[in-house]
Amino acid sequence: MVKLSIEHLSKRYWFEREDREVLAVNDVSLAVEDGEFLAIVGPSGCGKTTLLNIVAGLLPYEEGTVSIDGKRVDGPGVDRAVVFQHSSLLPWRTIAGNVRYGMEMQRRFDEATMRERADHFVKMVGLNGFEKHFPNELSGGMQQRVNLARALAADPKVLLMDEPFAALDAQTREFMQSELLKIWSQDRKTVLFITHQINEAVYLADRVAVMSARPGRLKGVFKIPFGRPRTLSLKRDPQFLEIEDSIWQLIEEESQKLNMVLAEK
Amino acid sequence: MSKKKKSGRPHQSFYAKHEAVILGSLSIVIIIGIWQACWSAGMISPLFFSSPSAIVKQFRYTLVEGTLLADMKYSGTNFAIGFVLAVITGVIAGVLIGWYRRLRLFCDPFLNAFYATPRIAMVPLIIIWFGIGIWSKVFIVFLSAFFPILVNTVGGVRALDRDLLRAAKAYCASDWQIFKTLAIPGSVPFILTGIRQGVALGLIGMVVGEMVGSSQGVGFMVAYGGQTFNTDTLFVGMIVIAFSGILLTWLAERLERRFSRWRPER
Ligand SMILES: Nc1ncnc2c1ncn2[C@@H]1O[C@H](COP(=O)(O)OP(=O)(O)OP(=O)(O)O)[C@@H](O)[C@H]1O
Ligand SMILES: [Mg+2]
Repeated sequence: MVKLSIEHLSKRYWFEREDREVLAVNDVSLAVEDGEFLAIVGPSGCGKTTLLNIVAGLLPYEEGTVSIDGKRVDGPGVDRAVVFQHSSLLPWRTIAGNVRYGMEMQRRFDEATMRERADHFVKMVGLNGFEKHFPNELSGGMQQRVNLARALAADPKVLLMDEPFAALDAQTREFMQSELLKIWSQDRKTVLFITHQINEAVYLADRVAVMSARPGRLKGVFKIPFGRPRTLSLKRDPQFLEIEDSIWQLIEEESQKLNMVLAEK
Repeated sequence: MSKKKKSGRPHQSFYAKHEAVILGSLSIVIIIGIWQACWSAGMISPLFFSSPSAIVKQFRYTLVEGTLLADMKYSGTNFAIGFVLAVITGVIAGVLIGWYRRLRLFCDPFLNAFYATPRIAMVPLIIIWFGIGIWSKVFIVFLSAFFPILVNTVGGVRALDRDLLRAAKAYCASDWQIFKTLAIPGSVPFILTGIRQGVALGLIGMVVGEMVGSSQGVGFMVAYGGQTFNTDTLFVGMIVIAFSGILLTWLAERLERRFSRWRPER
């Protein structure tokens, strides 16, 4: 069953000052199945964040359709939750207070349920004992876990993640990847995960969609054949490396084309 | 754990621990000593300057037999009423002006004009309006403290973190929720900065108001000491004002630091 469907979506930004427009997303069509983990990779500036923000309802769009469960997206909704690249936690709220924040804004749960859920998800991301701490007392990896707990606690149907681990060091990043898989395996939400690390996308996702450099169009979608649960040693599997390589080549090809176009000008 | 932490710097001498206080007090003691010595040696004219011993003597005299306590109470009351009014109205007006764009555009010219004019320039006018009773002084303190509090509050409400705003919107927050959970808490450090500046400016307003149009208060005491060439009284008044300023600013700074606990860079 298709959960999230994107059809012929294009997005233009208009620059007032220069009186010209930039095509950020170019005719992207994509269907994400219920319970599927789909990753999008692409070079910097190819429109990944733009795409995710449109799905999140944070950006208006004119061309194409985005729908969840067949309902057109126009505005934020309780069926989605976003984990941003920058943890965007409220610095004056404790960890427990931050995990509650999404639920509080959405007003779907009563007080007791909110407290219970906040408790549950703080534990799920492994931060029990830190409930009364403030975000600035936590490491970057821990802050991103709070961010994830906040999103999960809001009980979304679709979880949107925009390079959530980009700011972390390599080691923490790997750790967070396997933590995310562990947490995700518990209730298998539909996930749209954006990254520019191919290796991260292949490790996490059921399918990897590759976007080309600007204007961002969809270059191809790779089905990742590995079963679950996956362990980090998978990243050294020959087949894994092969998939990584072919995605890499697709992006490489693209940037070469871009260079040629630039050279012609 | 905590034991280990404490033993982290084990051989700290008494001096090393209190270096700032010891050196600070030492400088004060030396300066006062030199001052007193010069005075005793007859190098300072009592008309133009005073001495530590004369100040202490005069302080005791005005405290016990003079009007120092009454003056301090008078000044303190004026300051307290004016300042509290400035905090209440400054914060409320600042929040409204910061939040409602149209209101801000509407008030802007008026605010800029007021902010750019030294409030002290309005003292004579205020005394014409309110007379020389306490309300002219209260109003001067109010006006002096009001603007820094207002301007900082407006800035704080407007300085909404864009990432936080986006997160709130993604969770379907209403305008009212954004106001309550982001704009207000986010502006607290700014409001406290405004309060700290308001303390300093309010104190100046209080002294100037009393110097120009009053027959009571610490400001009047200084002015009167000057007019009658009573340098000792003048110094007592100045020192009382200086200490109130230090004390109030210190309190405001502590408050500021306490509430910005979650701001790592402060
Ligand atoms: N608010 C905006 N106004 C105008 N143009 C924008 C805006 N946001 C993005 N763009 C343009 O759209 C393009 C895509 O931006 P986007 O942020 O979606 O890229 P991205 O793939 O997320 O990049 P990165 O990997 O660096 O995060 C960029 O070239 C940028 O110039
Ligand atoms: Mg991006």
